[in-house]
Amino acid sequence: MILIALLLFMAVTAFWLVWLRDLFAVVMLSGIYSLFAAALYVVMDAVDVAFTEAAVGAGISTVFMLGTLSLTTTREKGRKKPSALALVLVFVTGGVLIYGTFDMPRYGDANAPINLNVANRYIEKSAGEVGPPNIVTSVLASYRGFDTLGETAVVFTAAIGVLIIIGRSKPAPRNSETLSQPAAFRRRRDDPPAQEPDGSGDPTP
Amino acid sequence: MMVDKTLLRVVAKLLIPLILLFALYVQFHGDFGPGGGFQAGVIFAVAFILYALIFGVRMARRVIPAAVSRSLLALGVLIYGGTGVVALLQGGEFLDYGVLGATRMSGQHLGIYVIEFGVGLTVASAMITIFYTFAGHESATVPFRKGNRNADGR
Repeated sequence: MILIALLLFMAVTAFWLVWLRDLFAVVMLSGIYSLFAAALYVVMDAVDVAFTEAAVGAGISTVFMLGTLSLTTTREKGRKKPSALALVLVFVTGGVLIYGTFDMPRYGDANAPINLNVANRYIEKSAGEVGPPNIVTSVLASYRGFDTLGETAVVFTAAIGVLIIIGRSKPAPRNSETLSQPAAFRRRRDDPPAQEPDGSGDPTP
Repeated sequence: MMVDKTLLRVVAKLLIPLILLFALYVQFHGDFGPGGGFQAGVIFAVAFILYALIFGVRMARRVIPAAVSRSLLALGVLIYGGTGVVALLQGGEFLDYGVLGATRMSGQHLGIYVIEFGVGLTVASAMITIFYTFAGHESATVPFRKGNRNADGR
């Protein structure tokens, strides 16, 4: 029951996200979406995943998105006319994806492939082979140590990529106000409303 | 500057030590409860980002200079990979922590602690580095863009 309610909330949030044009609200809503996802994982007993989703999805990526907004703009550009081909493509892809889920085992099925292979071994032997009571940690850090090394390298690469593309951050000049407070975080109530037709609120001389 | 807002300043000062403490708890208690290096790193970085948002990036840079966060970024991966190499040198396989301690279990325990620390270090400094880059970029290299001018030009 809770699962269905949460999924419903997520679906509503997703549609709302598509509908909105104010990117500031979009960022906030995607944080809320992540929070629902985290709640869903908690209900499904995947607390480690929920923890990551709440910290990364709802927390830090929202901050980074706001940072990106401060570097670009907070309003979506005017939309192109919807094309029939795109609509058909979206429906076909969605249909195929939904059709694919019909073959999936029921949630919690003991005979599901995921419950037949290494999972049992981890549950039975990890206490004797690795030790930590939290099996997730044993799997992540020891059994799948290579994967986690790769993940760490991915995070490392992401930061290096940002450094290369945006450039190293410069030390702030003494009197600079803007440097100490990115624009998106300074957003005020008297911001132009997002529904403005494109360009009319643009004060560029 | 948000530092003028008394409420924000006081609440942030109250919260930041707690967030840091929670990050350390998540880091070193990961084998017993949910959590681990990745989550801990993010939470640790969030404390600094909160500080930077309230007190300004310039103050945050005095706590962790950008050069330090860049070096720690690499150090974390080095610690992780280095643990694997040490295991190799001890006669085991790459990332086989069993050979690191007196018994296999103590070795596993030590290995997991060390690599989780490496993960936490990399993740935390990656987040801080990315934040510094985003926040420090604006007027430093790029002139005002439309969005910015709308946000603070009126």
